[in-house]
Amino acid sequence: MTRPATRVPGPLLVPAALGVAFLVLPLLGLLVRTPWSQLAGQLAEPAVGQALRLSLVSATLATALSLVLGVPLAWVLARSRARGRSVLRALVTVPLVLPPVVGGVALFLVLGRQGIVGSWLDDAFGITIPFTTAAVVIAETFVAMPFLVISVEGALRAADSRFEDVAATLGAGRWTTFRRVTLPLVAPGIAAGAVLCWARALGEFGATITFAGNFPGTTQTMPLAVYLALQRDPDAAIVLSVVLLAVSLATLLLLRDRWLGRAGAA
Amino acid sequence: MRPLLVLLAAAALLAGCGADDPDADRPGGTLTVYAAASLIDVFERVEAAYRERHPDVDVDIGYLSSAGAATAISQGAPIDVFASADERQMQVVADAGLAEDPQVFAENVLTLAVPEGNPAGVTGLADLAREDLAVALCAPDAPCGAAAERLLAAAGVTARPDTYEEDARATLQKVELGEVDAALVYVTDAAARQQTVDAIEVPEAAAAANRYPISVLAGARDPAAAQAFVDLVLSAEGRELLRDAGFRTP
Repeated sequence: MTRPATRVPGPLLVPAALGVAFLVLPLLGLLVRTPWSQLAGQLAEPAVGQALRLSLVSATLATALSLVLGVPLAWVLARSRARGRSVLRALVTVPLVLPPVVGGVALFLVLGRQGIVGSWLDDAFGITIPFTTAAVVIAETFVAMPFLVISVEGALRAADSRFEDVAATLGAGRWTTFRRVTLPLVAPGIAAGAVLCWARALGEFGATITFAGNFPGTTQTMPLAVYLALQRDPDAAIVLSVVLLAVSLATLLLLRDRWLGRAGAA
Repeated sequence: MRPLLVLLAAAALLAGCGADDPDADRPGGTLTVYAAASLIDVFERVEAAYRERHPDVDVDIGYLSSAGAATAISQGAPIDVFASADERQMQVVADAGLAEDPQVFAENVLTLAVPEGNPAGVTGLADLAREDLAVALCAPDAPCGAAAERLLAAAGVTARPDTYEEDARATLQKVELGEVDAALVYVTDAAARQQTVDAIEVPEAAAAANRYPISVLAGARDPAAAQAFVDLVLSAEGRELLRDAGFRTP
């Protein structure tokens, strides 16, 4: 994989450096302003551990749900010849452009106690979704799944479909081809999409606070805890942000080594 | 030719000044106000009254949680006037050396709000302890949350909320959507949403009232325009608007 070192063309260098500064300076600002002496105290707070655990669990569940629903959806968007695919693609990416708070209200209208599906769930099974951890997972999935779908669809389009054709001529059924040929082929794309989806779910705020509310232990994820701490004690909010940042970075680096291996690192 | 041009320009300038002259002492420029979310309805009317008197001032009022506003102002947001829903958040701004002269202009009490028709049959504060009800309270850091804590403690009720909302309006919204069976909100908020929300009076609430202070902020770009807004809120006209909306005035 080693190529001769390429020198960055001049016209790219300045904007690239500006881009790095733009993205990294706020992070540095956060680190510089962090009252490190408070770190141990904050980490010892049961509420912080609770929020962190809830964030990690719900983001992971949201990613799992997105994988189960999103990969097949990406296949349909990339491979099927059905008409109206472009309309479908536009529709499933709506959560990307929708302000998350609006997404939260929309989820209420469907899954809330008075919602189209929610009222039926309530009447028939006595299930209410808002203000539960399930609502957190749903809100995060709603906002994060499009990231996975788009990544996987891109990978599917870029993958050489002749492998699938060959598998078919060798007698593999469509399901076998998908499982044994297509999936391994686009695995790096799926992994990248899952990481993107997980990261977006972890940082989700607007749809969560709207649809799931805010209650410690049940629905108060780290971004909600940070936001509410910001109103009370900005220093605590900074510490919490740094904790969330450290945990998410550590997780992503760990996963990158384990899942993506060398291919992902290249 | 040259002198003529200068003369013309000077004449135009003078004419321009002349147009403004009759009201030379009237404030001009811009005015940015941060106000507690619970003030939105009444301050929209105050804003209309202000515009009538000071048509040349460009007024802009942002409504947000008092705590969020206090943080933003302390962090250097360029705001001219702050109207908080309690004295604690005004103190945050005062501690940052930014509140010039806070004055209490209104008081607000809490009430139980239930979706129209009261589907869960809520009758009083004690129902907030029922496990089968979905209940929303304001977050303890929000003024309405602090008031709710005082009220519940005084009444000896241990509420079982399902969510702590960021401010009074977010709490009310959950009732309006019918997603919670009961919430503690301001009487003014419940009154403003009579069509969608029923209010159940809480006798104990009077003792846990919130006091709303307002202040011109240090570094106001146009102190005269800012002071005029504060004066209007404190005036007889402002008090009447506040009382119409259900606030108590000192």
